[in-house]
Amino acid sequence: MNSIWTIARKEFSDSLRNRWLMAIALVFAVLALGIAWFGAAASGQVGYASTPATIASLASLGIFLIPLIALLLSYDAIVGEEEGGTLLLLLTYPLSRGQLLFGKFLGHGLTLALATLIGFGVAGVAIAVLVDDVVIGTLAVAMFRFVLSTILLGWGFIALAYLISVRVSEKPVAAGLALGVWFFFVLIFDLMLLGTLVASEGKMNPELLPWLLMLNPTDIYRLLNIVAFGDGGQLSGVLSLGADLPISAGGLWFALALWCVIPLAGAWALFRRRRI
Amino acid sequence: MSCFRLENVSYRYDKALVLRGVDLRLEPGEILGLFGHNGAGKTTSIKLILGLMTPTQGKVSVLGGEAGEPQVSQHIGYLPENVMFYPQLTGREILNHFARLKGASLAQVPELLEQVGLGDAMNARVKTYSKGMRQRLGLAQALLGKPKLLMLDEPTVGLDPVATADLYRLLRRLRDEGTAIVLCSHVLPGVEPYIDRAAILTEGAVQAVGDLASLRRQANMAVTLSIEPANGVSALEKVIANASAGNGLMTHDSNGRLRVDVRPSEKMAMIQTLLDSGEVGDLGIHQPTLEDIYVHFIGSGGLAHRGGSQ
Repeated sequence: MNSIWTIARKEFSDSLRNRWLMAIALVFAVLALGIAWFGAAASGQVGYASTPATIASLASLGIFLIPLIALLLSYDAIVGEEEGGTLLLLLTYPLSRGQLLFGKFLGHGLTLALATLIGFGVAGVAIAVLVDDVVIGTLAVAMFRFVLSTILLGWGFIALAYLISVRVSEKPVAAGLALGVWFFFVLIFDLMLLGTLVASEGKMNPELLPWLLMLNPTDIYRLLNIVAFGDGGQLSGVLSLGADLPISAGGLWFALALWCVIPLAGAWALFRRRRI
Repeated sequence: MSCFRLENVSYRYDKALVLRGVDLRLEPGEILGLFGHNGAGKTTSIKLILGLMTPTQGKVSVLGGEAGEPQVSQHIGYLPENVMFYPQLTGREILNHFARLKGASLAQVPELLEQVGLGDAMNARVKTYSKGMRQRLGLAQALLGKPKLLMLDEPTVGLDPVATADLYRLLRRLRDEGTAIVLCSHVLPGVEPYIDRAAILTEGAVQAVGDLASLRRQANMAVTLSIEPANGVSALEKVIANASAGNGLMTHDSNGRLRVDVRPSEKMAMIQTLLDSGEVGDLGIHQPTLEDIYVHFIGSGGLAHRGGSQ
């Protein structure tokens, strides 16, 4: 456990040193406040609209931003150590490959969690203080759910980045693949699902569709933050398939947690087999 | 108990047999020089001892346990070839990090940095270090926790002659305190007085192993006698020609001395004959150096083998 913590501590202090943590927190805070006050500007309104609308807008933003930041933060976790010439040395220490990987996950995970907590936490507090008629209880629960799911989504993409990082031998390749993963889950997956639905001309079992959404952590995240308000009208595109979801909120949380665990376990298995 | 023992170890990388039936051991308080051209199998041997790879065949035991076990790794110090560190950290921060990983006391870090001559640079970022400074930091890293087995892969790369001599002196001191040391190198000049035994590897096999005297016997290379004539070169040449029945290779050096190569077994008889003849003004004996022995075992194919590091 000490070795895991030593590795985590180095990753965490690196992200403090290179200002990653502060930069992410700042971006989150500014965007969250911007969305809270100007999110409804398109409809001619300026000012805080409502908690569900704000959370829905924040979640839509999170889907693009969180995976990208998580992948950027951690795509070079292992391949970077190898290219930098430190991986070989690290593994001659009393440190297993699993300990190295989990230590890095802990460090990167902590960085992202803290940045999310600070960034959106500041936004939440600002809303609570500055908006007169906001129901603090609803806001607190919604923000808590939003921050927790954001952290889990980020961890899932960190684990996906590790899956790439343990497999490739060059950093630029890892960066390219990380971008590919982002494109796939954030932009392509839903289009593919809709395309399949249209192409099947009704032959596809409609009961299968909500379950297919579980194959994309960003869809689970969106469902968690929007369906929770019981407002299916907020859902658009492929997500309307999940409006009468046969999966409980607990199931959604579990599915999102699996998106952290399975890629991380896969990365561990691949890393154990990697030739040094 | 041996610090490590390789028994009939072979290692296959894809289709290439990188190590073939290697037998090698190291005792406490001993410095073993591991020599060979690039790709001869030195680094592979080291990686097997470190537990970074498992042999395709044979057995590797290290410090009474299995290679790579945490309780074994704890007592091993390793300096890789071309050691690299996190450029954004200072020398001291790096050693602190590695000391934590080894469960070693952080109190020894400044002392180790002083010992390798980085006392003044310990708080500077590694990206400002020269290659030699990085190498010295690597050495300090290898010495963390006072290892029982120290493995140094090309430790003198980037070091100036003074730093190299300092390194060898330090290694002798550690050896005298009981540390077993593997010195892996393809740079031989200067290393000879500091090693107890040498192993010469070519194409993944140990060609010869032993102390210098034993290697000389195994190589059976000619000893060169350098003779200053007492009464003239031609008289001396006759004596030598008669003694060696025309077998001794004679050359003249620029100082007017005659150089004769003789088999080790014929050396004493030749010296006796020369002294008895009264034609010798002065006599020098040149034994084959480690470098000569290395070249002998590597053979003329040495250049052809310089593929890459494995």
